[in-house]
Amino acid sequence: MAEHTSNNTRVVITGMGIVAPNGVGLSDYEQALREGRSGIAFIPRLADLKFGCQVGGIPPVEQHHIDACLTPLQVRNFDSDGIIYGMIAADEAWKQAGLELGNEQFDPQTGVIFGTGTSGIEKLNASMKMVDEQKVRRLGSNVVIQTMASGVSAFIAGHIGAGNQVTTNSSACTTGTEALLMGYRHIKAGYAERMLVGSTCEHGPYLWAGFDAMRVTSQRYNDVPQKASRPMSASAAGLVPGGGAGAFVIETLESALKRKAPIIAEVLGGQINSGGQRGGGTLTAPNPKAVRRCITDALTSADVAGHEIDLINGHLTATAKDPDEVAAWVDVLGGEKSAFPYLQSTKSMVGHCLSGSGAVELVATALQIQHDFVHPSINSEDLHENIAALVPREKIPQQTISASIKTAIKASFGFGDVNGCVVLRQYNS
Amino acid sequence: MNDAQFFDRLKEIISPYVQNQEAFTDLKEDTRFIEDLQINSANLVDVVLDVEDAFDIEIDNDSMEKMLTVEASLKVIKEKLEG
Repeated sequence: MAEHTSNNTRVVITGMGIVAPNGVGLSDYEQALREGRSGIAFIPRLADLKFGCQVGGIPPVEQHHIDACLTPLQVRNFDSDGIIYGMIAADEAWKQAGLELGNEQFDPQTGVIFGTGTSGIEKLNASMKMVDEQKVRRLGSNVVIQTMASGVSAFIAGHIGAGNQVTTNSSACTTGTEALLMGYRHIKAGYAERMLVGSTCEHGPYLWAGFDAMRVTSQRYNDVPQKASRPMSASAAGLVPGGGAGAFVIETLESALKRKAPIIAEVLGGQINSGGQRGGGTLTAPNPKAVRRCITDALTSADVAGHEIDLINGHLTATAKDPDEVAAWVDVLGGEKSAFPYLQSTKSMVGHCLSGSGAVELVATALQIQHDFVHPSINSEDLHENIAALVPREKIPQQTISASIKTAIKASFGFGDVNGCVVLRQYNS
Repeated sequence: MNDAQFFDRLKEIISPYVQNQEAFTDLKEDTRFIEDLQINSANLVDVVLDVEDAFDIEIDNDSMEKMLTVEASLKVIKEKLEG
């Protein structure tokens, strides 16, 4: 551990990467966010399987994206999309941060915390069938590396030569936000100079079936897929599942300045907590007190007052919980209704990328800080009355607007009654 | 199939797993899979499965453990084909 590190260590984002349903790569994704482009489409396989929700968000990954970061041998008999998405996003983040690949040495000052909910469900399905057919000896060598939860962080660590802690976190839909905060704390504590963090989510019927069975998915808009994800809308009908990954290189300000790395934003602080499945919290619903506490603690950790927040990137999934979430933001941030910050749901365009959602949406948040804009929350034209009562319509834009976003806050909430909240700020030397 | 054809067929099978192309170009009977071709040891299992498919044979674990060079692999393949 370096002696100079302390709680005053500043941590900045120097690289980002993205694989989202509406864009692969930062420039494509930024363009999609500005245009309000939906990545949600009708998925015939879901219809064939008689899903209630037959729409979803699948990233438009092409072979050249894969070839840029994985060898033909690595992707031989590969059937674990989450690892591929994580690798593409991590590769972009690493390169944007100006860091080298192909170094023969491992770097003890670089670690990886890259989360996921599941890994290689399709691979597992094929393997289980072979096992049941008594063909275990014919499985081949790569079932474990594609289906172990930590597969994604292992692949990334090998790609960049990480020699610090390499692990995968998992906290349902909080995973990506949690990964960024865990990496931030690891650096603040002096254990590493640099962390590659983020999260990924595979997709497909075997992952999405459980959500469909719970009836938490949007099942009324199969004929108009791009209207199906409707966060904050009075006609919201549930979440639209998606897949994808977001990645960040975060490092000490000192390291970034020394390397003359581009600084995208500063991580000011945040909080990760749980409602303990008490006080209204359950395995599938958040304890409202804990949500408020998480946001309050994040602001305290960042040393930021509620009125300093310019943009809220909410969890906002298009379920009945959206008005409750907005009420929590209003309670904690305080102030006059007219002074409320911009509020948005990236899920309106990408759907709910589940374990990838926190990272995918944090990339959107950081891009808006970097490039001074607020992306629209599409399909919110009929704002839910309980939200309209709390937030001025113009603070939930339906078209992209230009605005200086100095300080933004992002929250994610997950099954298990877990919460994560991060505060990001424009870098100012 | 003559010896040269067996050799070429095996060379084709191991090709996707090879990480040292120089040694592969210069493939010989005594070339070692791990040390010379730098095939990941985990991939030896995949080489054996591909050999099974290519020659329609079954290779038991004892035979598989011997398949560490070109020569040893060809010997196992021929033994299994002769049954």
